[in-house]
Amino acid sequence: MLFFSKRPIVKSLSSVKPFVVFPLLALSFQAFAKSSEVIEGEAQRWATNMTQGVTATSHEVYDLHMLIFMICVWIGVVVFGVMFYSMIMHRKSAGAVPSKFHESTLVELAWTIIPAIILVAMAVPATSTLIKIYDTSDADIDIKVVGYQWKWQYEYLGEDVSFFSNLTTPQDEIYGRAPKGEHYLLEVDEPVVIPINKKVRFLITANDVIHAWWVPALAVKRDAIPGYINDVWTIVDEPGIYRGQCAELCGKAHGFMPIVVHAMDEVDYQQWLDAKKVEAEELKLAMSQSFSMDELYARGEKVYQTNCVACHGPTGAGGVGPSLIGSSITTGPMGGHLSLMINGVQGSAMQAFGEQLNNIDMAAVITYKRNAWGNNMGDMLQPVDVLNHKRSL
Amino acid sequence: MGDHGPAQGFGRWLFTTNHKDIGSMYLWFSFAMFLMGGVFALVIRAELFQPGLQLVEPEFFNQMTTMHGLVMVFGAVMPAFVGLANWLIPMMVGAPDMALPRMNNWSFWILPFAFALLTSTLFMEGGGPNFGWTFYAPLSTTYAPPSVTYFIFAVHIMGASSIMGSINIIATILNMRAPGMTLMKMPLFVWTWLITAYLLIAVMPVLAGCVTMMLMDIHFGTSFFNAAGGGDPVLFQHVFWFFGHPEVYIMILPAFGIVSAIIPTFARKPLFGYASMVYATASIAFLSFIVWAHHMFTVGMPIAGELFFMYATMLIAVPTGVKVFNWITTMFRGSMSFETPMLFSIAFVILFTIGGFSGLMLAIAPADFQYHDTYFVVAHFHYVLVPGAIFSIFAAVYYWLPKWCGNMYDERLGKAHFWLSFVGLNVTFFPMHFVGLAGMPRRIPDYALQFADFNQIASMGAFLFGFSQVFFLFIVIKTIRGGKQATDEVWENPEGLEWTIPSPAPYHTFSTPPAVK
Repeated sequence: MLFFSKRPIVKSLSSVKPFVVFPLLALSFQAFAKSSEVIEGEAQRWATNMTQGVTATSHEVYDLHMLIFMICVWIGVVVFGVMFYSMIMHRKSAGAVPSKFHESTLVELAWTIIPAIILVAMAVPATSTLIKIYDTSDADIDIKVVGYQWKWQYEYLGEDVSFFSNLTTPQDEIYGRAPKGEHYLLEVDEPVVIPINKKVRFLITANDVIHAWWVPALAVKRDAIPGYINDVWTIVDEPGIYRGQCAELCGKAHGFMPIVVHAMDEVDYQQWLDAKKVEAEELKLAMSQSFSMDELYARGEKVYQTNCVACHGPTGAGGVGPSLIGSSITTGPMGGHLSLMINGVQGSAMQAFGEQLNNIDMAAVITYKRNAWGNNMGDMLQPVDVLNHKRSL
Repeated sequence: MGDHGPAQGFGRWLFTTNHKDIGSMYLWFSFAMFLMGGVFALVIRAELFQPGLQLVEPEFFNQMTTMHGLVMVFGAVMPAFVGLANWLIPMMVGAPDMALPRMNNWSFWILPFAFALLTSTLFMEGGGPNFGWTFYAPLSTTYAPPSVTYFIFAVHIMGASSIMGSINIIATILNMRAPGMTLMKMPLFVWTWLITAYLLIAVMPVLAGCVTMMLMDIHFGTSFFNAAGGGDPVLFQHVFWFFGHPEVYIMILPAFGIVSAIIPTFARKPLFGYASMVYATASIAFLSFIVWAHHMFTVGMPIAGELFFMYATMLIAVPTGVKVFNWITTMFRGSMSFETPMLFSIAFVILFTIGGFSGLMLAIAPADFQYHDTYFVVAHFHYVLVPGAIFSIFAAVYYWLPKWCGNMYDERLGKAHFWLSFVGLNVTFFPMHFVGLAGMPRRIPDYALQFADFNQIASMGAFLFGFSQVFFLFIVIKTIRGGKQATDEVWENPEGLEWTIPSPAPYHTFSTPPAVK
């Protein structure tokens, strides 16, 4: 039982869900019916093909995909047709007498040259599409996309707007304690917002390991690699919310860092951007203010639920990461706690949050951890303390 | 040497230099690994049976995907082919044994230790390798669990074993053919293995270099793959796939040889286009060295690189097509019967071709931006590896087992095994094309709701396929223990020197070289 961590086992034994293999097969139809109820009303069920998407590029890619697919289907029909014809007509049991032929240079040449010609026919449209995809010049808007374990950061270059985009699907839905919502695993707290009919360039990189930024409806997928900046572009035709996921294995929560793109009219986009700028302004002001214990605690709880819960658990009791209840960090000196949060722990999954959390959130989450779950340290941290500490490093 | 039999007891297996004993050990070892890798796969499929996390946590899920890949590639498929090479190549070229019998013993016996190292990591603190069988840096270096060092040494040992096995095969084929057995008279299985062995010698050291650079990065402060230290994570991928792409042909070329032996026997007609088969195999081997970056279309290569690797990859369709056309033309106007080895071979041709079609689609770089790292890729490489490599190994075992043990297998049971595997395989992997195209990334322990239906079907197929292989074990043991006595020829007019010796094959064969016309 070493292999399986505790929580899912307890869960699987306490529910009807089968744990061992044979009951799993036997109950498959029951489970089939059950999970079908959960996803009632989902329009995308039984989808078998690539999305056509909402950009000129995605349409082109879809057409290319279908072209190659249909060529393959027709080759398959001919090749397998001959094969099944032989298998039916040239059976020993039907009295077939084998021929002796085993060579023909002419035939060999034909089935070398004809496929080569078909390949050239495929390569022509593929090349032209690729050249268009690679033309990232003359963008109207530049957005830097940074992959983190396990969230995305979007920075609107030249606009002073930057934020993280985290998964919002609750743990209860993931562990089957609550019904799963319509956009299970494909929902975030802050989508990246772009205007329609503008050439938006994404400059993609990563902070830790390699991720990949993928939104099928835009036909954009590019690896986010530390030390590299990759550029891709899109022009979205219609307003809407388009969902994607990280497409490169990036560790434990690889399946839990979705991408949501909200494409809106130019006017709406400008309003949104202005609001974000005001928000950033306010945040700057707030950095120098002092907060009460209750304010910090409430804010810190939210920050904790977004950034810490995956490893340290909803009640701080730990999971993948160590327990925070009565630990030497959360109940130790404030300075040590702050340094660890800012710098992370080298060689562990504990990330450096110094660049990821603003000073208010940092102060709040540390205050929360030191006072929640019976830690009751009674001390608190102000944003300005975080600032001073960072400066002293 | 004379006619003395094998030594008694465990010492026979530990000290043996006999190609048949070593071949059997390779085959049993690979089957054990096949079952172990299969159990890992079933853990994956059980977790993916429905959305949500039910059985395992994501960290352990990642260890399962990684170990499944590593064990199947290095533990199941490659040793199985080396086992077949050991059994068959000396008998096919009329040699008394492999050219380097002591090294043969060594190259087998280090393998169990390699896999003991690798699987022991599952019980270690921090868990086993969890970065996928492609172990991309820096996830596999800076961010890896401590057990990664065990993984590195395990890969080193597997590589050493493969290199020694290859040297042995090349030395045997080039030096120990019976008089009159010219290169262009060799059975295609010998040809494909000769080419495979060269591929192995060329790329295994590259893999060793790759994991050594990881080791240095992890323990000795270098920054080969660490961008913060001036290194390059993309370099890792270039080095890995320079090994990795030839590796996938290493896992399929011997299969081509097996199928090229079986189809003519049951079509009762000589193989069509023998020479073109040899040239096509060599072309595929050559092309395998210049297509590696098609695994990396999304890393942001310059467009010239994308185009080069796209065109080169598409080219592979030509020699591969030649092979498929040759097999089909061999069947055409033959006199076919459908014993178990033939059923597996026909399924091989059909399903491998389907895998080839999806491979051609994946070669188209702009479309690959949608396919890359989705279940479409998973469907593709399982279609070429399961009905490709694995089915060919099943076909080979049914075809040559009567020669090895002297008994015929039960044809009804063999056919039942085939149909169970065939149905299980397609139910498992065909729906993966759909969810992949619909947007499901690979290597995720949980998924959005719209992918639920096809995943459930795939999971059911996986359990069917998995349990069919226990049935295969039963059939093989039953055949070894008894059954109808096989004739020396076993089949109707099969081609090859191995059918000229008695069934079961004596412990020593061809002590005097046969005459080849």
